[in-house]
Amino acid sequence: MNRLLILGAGTAGTMAANHLAKVLDDDWSITVVDRDVHHHYQPGYLFVPFWMEPDRVVKDRRDFLPARATFRQEAVRLVHPERRQVELAGGDLLDYDWLVIASGTVPRPDLVPGMGDGALWRDAVHEFYTHEGAVALRDALAGFDSGRLLVHVSEMPIKCPVAPLEFAFLAEDHYRRRRIRHQVDITYVTPLDGAFTKPVASAELGGLLEDRSIRLAADFAVERIDNERRRLVAYDGRELPFDLLVTVPPHTGQQFVTDSGLGDDAGFVPVDKHTLRSLEHERIFVLGDASDIPTSKAGSVAHFATELFVDNFLAAVAGRPLPNSFDGHANCFVESGRGQALLLDFNYDTQPLKGAFPVPVAGPMRLLTPSRANHLGKLVFEQLYWKVLLPGHRLPVTAHMSMAGKKPPEED
Amino acid sequence: MPTNTLNGRSFAVDEEGFLTDRDQWSEELATELAALIGIELDEEHLAPLRFMREDSARTGVTPTLRRMQTVGGFDIKTLFALYPGKPAKKMAWLAGLRKPVGCV
Repeated sequence: MNRLLILGAGTAGTMAANHLAKVLDDDWSITVVDRDVHHHYQPGYLFVPFWMEPDRVVKDRRDFLPARATFRQEAVRLVHPERRQVELAGGDLLDYDWLVIASGTVPRPDLVPGMGDGALWRDAVHEFYTHEGAVALRDALAGFDSGRLLVHVSEMPIKCPVAPLEFAFLAEDHYRRRRIRHQVDITYVTPLDGAFTKPVASAELGGLLEDRSIRLAADFAVERIDNERRRLVAYDGRELPFDLLVTVPPHTGQQFVTDSGLGDDAGFVPVDKHTLRSLEHERIFVLGDASDIPTSKAGSVAHFATELFVDNFLAAVAGRPLPNSFDGHANCFVESGRGQALLLDFNYDTQPLKGAFPVPVAGPMRLLTPSRANHLGKLVFEQLYWKVLLPGHRLPVTAHMSMAGKKPPEED
Repeated sequence: MPTNTLNGRSFAVDEEGFLTDRDQWSEELATELAALIGIELDEEHLAPLRFMREDSARTGVTPTLRRMQTVGGFDIKTLFALYPGKPAKKMAWLAGLRKPVGCV
C-alpha cells in the first residue's frame, strides 16, 4: 500500500486530490487533512464588502474531495520528513510515503505594530482577506460616506496581489454611484515603486488610478499604525492620515511549516520552481501558496501548477526524471469598476502584456484593457471554480503561458 | 544587455542599472557607485551589503527588508537612516544584486 497524504483542502489540495484520484492505482490510499470543513471561494472576499452575500463564498470542503479520499479534520502540528510522518494537533501520527503540502498562506495583522493589536482594528482599520474581515468591512463601508480612505498593501508577497487595486477601483465606483465621490479621498498605498511590479501592467494600472483620481503613495514601507492619531507611519518618516484604512496585512506560511523547519524566514517552503518538489526532501511536493516560487500567490497559479504536477508526481514515484516544467503561469482578472475588468496573463519570464485572450485577436477577452467581457468572465469564473476547476476537469486554457495574441511592449 | 563603465570598470546591467552578473561586483565598485548617489560607504554601510550578498548566494534572490531584520539582525529604521528614501532598492543596486521584487 502506498500512502499519499495531502495537507490542506483548499484550491491546490482539493485539485491535487481529484487529479491524483483519477490516475493512482487501487493500492494507493489518499488522505487529506484540514483543520476545518469550510472551503472558501477567496476571490469572492473582494465582492463581499460591496454586494456579494457572505454565505455564498463558503461550501463544505468534503463535497469537493474524491470519494476514495479519507478526510481528517484536525490541525497539523509538525511534519517529520525523516520519519515520513505528520503529527496532528491532538498527537496522532499519520505515516506517508509521499506528502503534498498545500497549506496556503495566512494574513498576519500581528506583524505590524498597531494593526491587529490596535484599538482601531475592525473599527477604522480593516482588511478583506478573511471572511470575517470582509463582512466587517462591508458594515464599515455602509457607514462611511466622507473622509480619507487609504487602500494599503503592507509588504509583498500577498495573495492575489491585484486584489487591493481592485478594491480601490470598486470603492471609487461605489462612491461615484452614490454621487458622493467628491467627499471621499482615496489613496492607494504600496511598498512597490508603482501600481504593480511589472512595467507594462504598472503603467496601465497606474494610468487607471490617475483616471479615477485615486492618489498613489509608492515606496511606502509601513512601520506601524498610530491608532491615537489615525495615521499610517512609514519607516522613512512619512505619515498618512486616515478615517478608514483598508489594509492587506503581511503574509506568511503556516506555523507548522516553520515549526517543522521546512520554511524560509516567511514560512514558505523552498521548492524547485519548475517542478514544485521540495529542495530538501524528495518525497515532498508543495502546491499553491505554501511554496516560495517567484510568481503570484493566486488560484490560477495553483491550477496551472497542479495540472503539470500530476505527471511529475507519477514520474517521481516511478523513479523517472520529471517530465513537466512549470513556467510560473498566472492569469488574473482585475476588476476595474464600472462593470469592467482587465485581464493579466504572465509567467516567470514574460510580464503581463496587451493583446487578446484566449484566442489571438478574437479574444473575446482583452489583456490589460478594461472590458465588459473580462468582468463577465470574472463572474462566470465563480461557477467554473466549483464545478470544473476543483473537481479536476480541464479548462480550455493551457497550463503553460502562450505568447499567441500578445503584443510585445515595443509595438505599443 | 547594456554595459556600464565607471572609472575604468565595466559591468553588465539591466535596463534599470542593476548589475546582472554578481561576479562583476567588488567592494571598490560599490564604493564608487555609492558616491554617485551621495553616500560614503563606511563599515556600517557595508555590513548590510555583505549580508545581502551572502544571503542571496544561498537563496538566489535579493533579500527583503523583513528578511534583513529577521535573518540578518539589522534594524530597519537604521537601514532607512543609512540609505534614505528607498533602502531596499539602493542596497540591492550597491550590492550588485537584482532589484528586489516581492514577487508579482
